[in-house]
Amino acid sequence: MPELTFLDAINQALLQEMQADERVFVIGEDVAAFGGAFKATAGLFERFGRRRVLDTPMCEYAFTGLANGAALMGLRPVVEIQFADFVSTGFDPIVQFASTHHYRQREPLPIVIRAPWGGGAYAGPFHSQCPEAWFVHTPGLKVVIPSNPYDAKGLLIAAIHDPNPVIFFEPKYLYRRQKAEVPKARYEVPLGSASLARAGKDLSIITYGAMVTEALQAADTLVFDGIDCDVLDLRTLSPLDEQAVLDSVCKTSKALVVHEARRSAGVGAEISAIISEGAFTALDAPVMRLTAPDTPVPYSPPLEDAYRPNAAKIETAARDLFWY
Amino acid sequence: MSDMNTVDIPINLGSEDCLEIFYWMKLTREVDKRSLDLFKQGKIPGVVFSQLGHEAVSVGAGYALRTEDVVAPMHRDLGTYLLRGMTPGRVFAQAMGRVGSPSRGRDTNTHGMGDISLGIIGYVSHLPQSLPVALGAAFSFQYWGEERVALTFVGDGGTSAGAFHETLNMAAVLKLPLIVVIENNQYAYSTPTRHQYTIEDLSDRAAGYGIPGIVVDGNDVLAMWQAVKQAATIARRGDGPSLIEAKTMRMQGHAVHDQADYVPRDLLRKWGERDPLLRFSQVLRKLRIYDDAIEDEMSARIKQEVDEAVKWAASSPLPEANSVTEGVYARANLP
Repeated sequence: MPELTFLDAINQALLQEMQADERVFVIGEDVAAFGGAFKATAGLFERFGRRRVLDTPMCEYAFTGLANGAALMGLRPVVEIQFADFVSTGFDPIVQFASTHHYRQREPLPIVIRAPWGGGAYAGPFHSQCPEAWFVHTPGLKVVIPSNPYDAKGLLIAAIHDPNPVIFFEPKYLYRRQKAEVPKARYEVPLGSASLARAGKDLSIITYGAMVTEALQAADTLVFDGIDCDVLDLRTLSPLDEQAVLDSVCKTSKALVVHEARRSAGVGAEISAIISEGAFTALDAPVMRLTAPDTPVPYSPPLEDAYRPNAAKIETAARDLFWY
Repeated sequence: MSDMNTVDIPINLGSEDCLEIFYWMKLTREVDKRSLDLFKQGKIPGVVFSQLGHEAVSVGAGYALRTEDVVAPMHRDLGTYLLRGMTPGRVFAQAMGRVGSPSRGRDTNTHGMGDISLGIIGYVSHLPQSLPVALGAAFSFQYWGEERVALTFVGDGGTSAGAFHETLNMAAVLKLPLIVVIENNQYAYSTPTRHQYTIEDLSDRAAGYGIPGIVVDGNDVLAMWQAVKQAATIARRGDGPSLIEAKTMRMQGHAVHDQADYVPRDLLRKWGERDPLLRFSQVLRKLRIYDDAIEDEMSARIKQEVDEAVKWAASSPLPEANSVTEGVYARANLP
């Protein structure tokens, strides 16, 4: 099986879906001949032309709204927001129009909003954000954050096939750092199902995105302390695979929730609530959260390193929880 | 502004068409009036947005389109909804929160009163959100090489929002078949146009996008029809979007709860003399297309239709409380 980077897996999913279905088109800033800020759409313009790979003026509100109207007419738009941070400039079309449309009108609105997401690149306050909680809090949207090339391809294909608006955040830290075997064929990884990245019995690390790799690395080290971790990769934050969360916690009795988004009212708070509602009697310790602090994302390396969780911080937190 | 005494029937619009246009205007007014009655009787839990004074804009613009075209109307465009096949019964059911409404009780009054099978895209309150959505419909027509157009409405208030600029610029860049009708009704809620913008005609902004922009007497239904027809011809031949500013007047408050004391009575009196239905009926009478007999017949027909519609809406059940979480997500896989 060929090895692909995370970025190549995204690119291949787009290419194959565009080949398979003429209704699929890509729209965003600098996505055509330039191939996108991270080259996720490289080669698509040469293959499909301006009709299906469209550079836009600088107007997230208009081109995200355009995707809504095009989807209602039967097209399958894939919007690229250049950085997840910029999604706020196209907020209304997503959280007011797209998310409510099916509830109000019973008409499917199949759009995918893709965006490079998260930190680790010392890119400062406005090119590093993790805004998933905004969208998880909005009913009618699906929110997907893959952690590896295989899932990235399968989840993106599933997102393009889904009849609902899907927010698809891609950990840009992994774009070129991760390589894995990815089947050449088209395949779907179903939305709404978590994946057990590592099976263990002592403690559950529940996470998603780039933190899955960090958690796995921490788990490998923790083995030497005699701590055997379950690592649950959520993959989809909305709908959330609550059963997988509860199954893991019931098995280990201890839960560490990790994300690189900020702490307050973040996804970790929701998962913690789900555990306390659904697995209270199974717990041997309070649910612990390891997240970024409630600050903007800082730029300078010592500051961002302090801001963002990593394998070493996960190790420390897991030990504390284990010995609680 | 055209003088009603000099109005001619545009060529290729026959007397049958004129009578149909007048019927839709009268029906719009009657549905509006009856909605207010229902509100006063406590049968509408939300609010009602008056259509009074807007009938020429919504009917004239809507009538100029083809069935296969698509509109994204807003809350003063009842005439467009009706003439595209949104039945008065469904309109009342929507206001009354009934299952038989387009939103099945999920959305209020004209909000979310869309039906793609009728070429109507329902809107959200965040005006002018329908602008980029209509842009997307126009994009789809160009994508498949279809001779269809998308039309949307925006108020004088909505022209100040960023989406207005983003949409018109992008439509111009991509040469999309989009028609944007500004319903300049002098007030955005309580804000008069002098606090909204500083130029004389909003249509002048079209020059900034390199697209055609014209001012139309929004109380003259034939002028509206002609302007939209012209814009549609431009769009269908691939020459891109147009901006039409319809000058009109909101004759009631923003919604039923608003007494609109901030509007000078003189201004209302002046515009009242130019009432779109009164003017068109005078033109039709002058051209001997319309007379008392036709008026009686049409009024009776409309009254009966509206009576039946109210009855139908009232007999449509309220939604079951336990259906509150239904329909947040589309479940079926798309073909």
